[in-house]
Amino acid sequence: MSPLPDLSTFNAWLPIIFMGIMGLSMLAYVVLDGYDLGVGILLRRADADQKDLMIGSIGPFWDANETWLVLGVGILLVAFPMAHGAILTALYLPVALMLLGLILRGVAFDFRAKAHADHKETWNRTFYAGSLLAALSQGYMLGAYITGFERSWAATGFAMLIAPCVAAGYTLLGATWLVMKTEGDLQKRAAFWARRALWLTAVGVLLVSLATPFVSERIFAKWFSLPYVVLLAPIPLATAVLFVLTDRILRALPLPGDKLNWVPFAATVAIFVLAFFGLAYSLFPYLVIDKIDIWQAASAPESLKIILAGAAVVVPVIIGYTIFSYRVFGGKAQPLAYY
Amino acid sequence: MLDPILLARIQFGANITFHILFPTITIALAWVLLFFKLRYNRTGDMKWMDAYKFWVKVFAVTFALGVVSGITMSFQFGTNWPGFMETVGNIAGPLLAYEVLTAFFLEATFLGIMLFGFNRVSNRVHTLATVLVAVGTSMSAFWILVLNSWMQTPVGFEMIDGKAHATDWLAIIFNPSFPYRFTHMMLASGLTAAFLIAGVSAWRWLRGDHSGSVMAGMKTGVYLGAALIPLQILAGDMHGLNTLEHQPAKVAAMEGIWETERGADLRLFAVPDEAARTNHFEITLPNMASVILTHSWEGEVKGLNEFEGKHPPVAPVFYAFRIMVGIGMLMLLVSWIGAWQLKRQGQPKPWLARALLFMTFSGWVATVAGWYVTEIGRQPWLVYGVMTTAQAASKVPSGMILSTLIMYLVVYVALIAAYVSVVFYMARRASRAAMGDITPKPPAPSMQPTLQGAE
Ligand code: HDD
Ligand code: HEM
Ligand code: HEM
Repeated sequence: MSPLPDLSTFNAWLPIIFMGIMGLSMLAYVVLDGYDLGVGILLRRADADQKDLMIGSIGPFWDANETWLVLGVGILLVAFPMAHGAILTALYLPVALMLLGLILRGVAFDFRAKAHADHKETWNRTFYAGSLLAALSQGYMLGAYITGFERSWAATGFAMLIAPCVAAGYTLLGATWLVMKTEGDLQKRAAFWARRALWLTAVGVLLVSLATPFVSERIFAKWFSLPYVVLLAPIPLATAVLFVLTDRILRALPLPGDKLNWVPFAATVAIFVLAFFGLAYSLFPYLVIDKIDIWQAASAPESLKIILAGAAVVVPVIIGYTIFSYRVFGGKAQPLAYY
Repeated sequence: MLDPILLARIQFGANITFHILFPTITIALAWVLLFFKLRYNRTGDMKWMDAYKFWVKVFAVTFALGVVSGITMSFQFGTNWPGFMETVGNIAGPLLAYEVLTAFFLEATFLGIMLFGFNRVSNRVHTLATVLVAVGTSMSAFWILVLNSWMQTPVGFEMIDGKAHATDWLAIIFNPSFPYRFTHMMLASGLTAAFLIAGVSAWRWLRGDHSGSVMAGMKTGVYLGAALIPLQILAGDMHGLNTLEHQPAKVAAMEGIWETERGADLRLFAVPDEAARTNHFEITLPNMASVILTHSWEGEVKGLNEFEGKHPPVAPVFYAFRIMVGIGMLMLLVSWIGAWQLKRQGQPKPWLARALLFMTFSGWVATVAGWYVTEIGRQPWLVYGVMTTAQAASKVPSGMILSTLIMYLVVYVALIAAYVSVVFYMARRASRAAMGDITPKPPAPSMQPTLQGAE
């Protein structure tokens, strides 16, 4: 086990609290932007009217979804400046590619509806390519992160392998989101896309789960020594059950009265949450595996307290109006209209 | 091999320059949209609704570009200036965090309702969403300018083991240059939006679209510009005096004054020569620099030679300052003549419309020039008197920085071109619909529910 500092003071808890906030905003980002990137990746497969509907289903949300990334990276930057420098310098190139993807996707979303009709198809393709590029680079970053930024062929190869798996995970989120937000032909197609993406996602989860223990003896011990191996067994088991459940229900949908259309999306989110907690458990308390822990990297307590005070007031408000916005745009998606 | 520090600076400069183009428009345009909306709520006149409908689309595109370039910015701090956060992160961090928490989520969430929620929420909630988006953009300007102003005039902290620790947050937030910089930037945003609206409206007018919404837009733009520009000149003058107090070397570079002198002349034009430490081809107004900076005929102005080796590169600061002030004067001229004509005749003369069209993006040029004065003028410091730019620079190999720099530049140039052409394309389409030579296409079957709901 890693050495824990004396936890009798509030100040020593601050880094843990901030790691929690950062982790949760990263999770929120992955799930929320995950579904809209996924819809972007699927855009290429739909026909023209369906494209408008697909875009309509994410239009009011994508900007706020991306803000979770800003918050997550912001907290890394703010609360753990040392780790931020180390991580982002190591990931310089994939970060640049991800940003390129996010830029292209964000502008294509707007331009496709406003530019000359002849250019609409080009912007659609840009939207697709940007979404895919962002998803792939995030997958690559996850892979590189898990290997502790090791510079070897094996590590690079592993990261390359994780890249399409994460893209598949986002595609799964996007497809199940569409199952929930659309009807008729598009809904059926979305269910089909979702089942395709399901298996590559499962491979990705499996790869990450198998690889992490072998990167570090410490992590291996955390999972495979008694009593942990028993206590933790529900995590992989529940994940496996969710995969099977999702597959089954996708085959059965749509049910009469469009019942249970939300189950695949909810199950996919649950898979992401479980995978996230598994990973968080492995890493804790390190920000860079076995190199930088959260106490080494944290910034001064007085600054963290100022942020915490603000966050305690503002985050509930943010969650409140986010729910409000999802309710305003609840129900089946419609093509976007400005007025 | 190219110097990685230089490359990191060029890359950061290119990104922030690209980013600021869009916030400068959205910050003020959000309030103008609110104005259109309130006018419509009050008068029921469709011309205000039409103006809203057109400009809200421009707003949406601009906002999208602001968001994606802003996300790039939030990564650039870490990738290009790791040393920055390691040294002053305790102060910069909370300010950035408050920006995300109080501004970004607010504007991003209510933007969805503002843009697409018109037929899903009541008119009152929609107006409220518009207000919140406007508040959000201004709030974000507030926090980021606190940070930038603190970098210019740092106070309220102590250095412990080479790291800044906050001692007084109120002093940090309301640091000495903040009120000036915030005022000046908000006015710059108002002017940029005003001339954009006036310019695009003038273009539509020149193409024969004299509809109510075009005239409403043109009047709003011209009157707003005419009202704001005197305030901006005043604010700029006070800003300069504040800078003289805190960063005399920057002001000496802005004015191109080498030797400390009494009764210094104002250089309207010159070619500064840093190697010879003198100017060529000067055109001057006698004693005016002293009058402007010290408000006395014989006041003493410190020259660059007092700061040898510690002052910023002179030429870029000198020229950028003249570009900004020059555009300010042009704005004064055009908006006042314009306001006078529109008041008297209700219509612009064609040459005025062409002048307005020419000035469409003048706010961009002045704003970027202003930021160059501010940022380059602070060199070699990154946080004035605390850390230099070189200390903050990244250790990423220059080849990597160079390749991503080229990538960003290509994308940015393409996107600016796409942005400008889409704005004018939308204007053309709106005009054609207004002038009735195309009847709007019958809605596609899948669109009908939405459109019916909207009527
Ligand atoms: C004076 C205003 C101003 C200045 C100097 C900056 N920004 Fe900005 N920024 C805004 C005004 C703004 C804005 C008006 O709030 C934007 C533009 C469009 C938008 O969505 O918000 C924005 C968007 C925006 C976003 C996206 C927010 C979202 O997801 O909604 C980020 C992450 C940043 N900015 C970050 C930065 C950083 C790191 C800067 C400094 C280096 C910076 N901005 C300078
Ligand atoms: C929004 C408008 C802004 C513009 C147009 C702008 C412009 C620039 C430019 C052109 C440079 C390069 C100067 C040089 O290398 O000589 C620069 C540098 C820099 N600016 Fe700004 N800036 C802006 C706002 C900000 C803000 C809000 C911050 C911080 C909160 C900031 C932080 C920096 C840093 C860290 C550098 C690096 C130092 C350097 O390159 O010299 N800037 N900026
Ligand atoms: C015409 C009279 C003007 C004067 C005397 C003036 C003065 C100044 C001064 C002295 C600075 C540098 C402050 C510093 O770095 O400490 C500055 C910066 C700036 N100016 Fe101006 N300005 C004028 C017009 C304009 C106009 C018309 C715009 C834009 C529409 C503009 C936009 C800016 C911006 C964005 C900055 C950088 C941000 C800041 O430091 O406030 N200025 N101005």
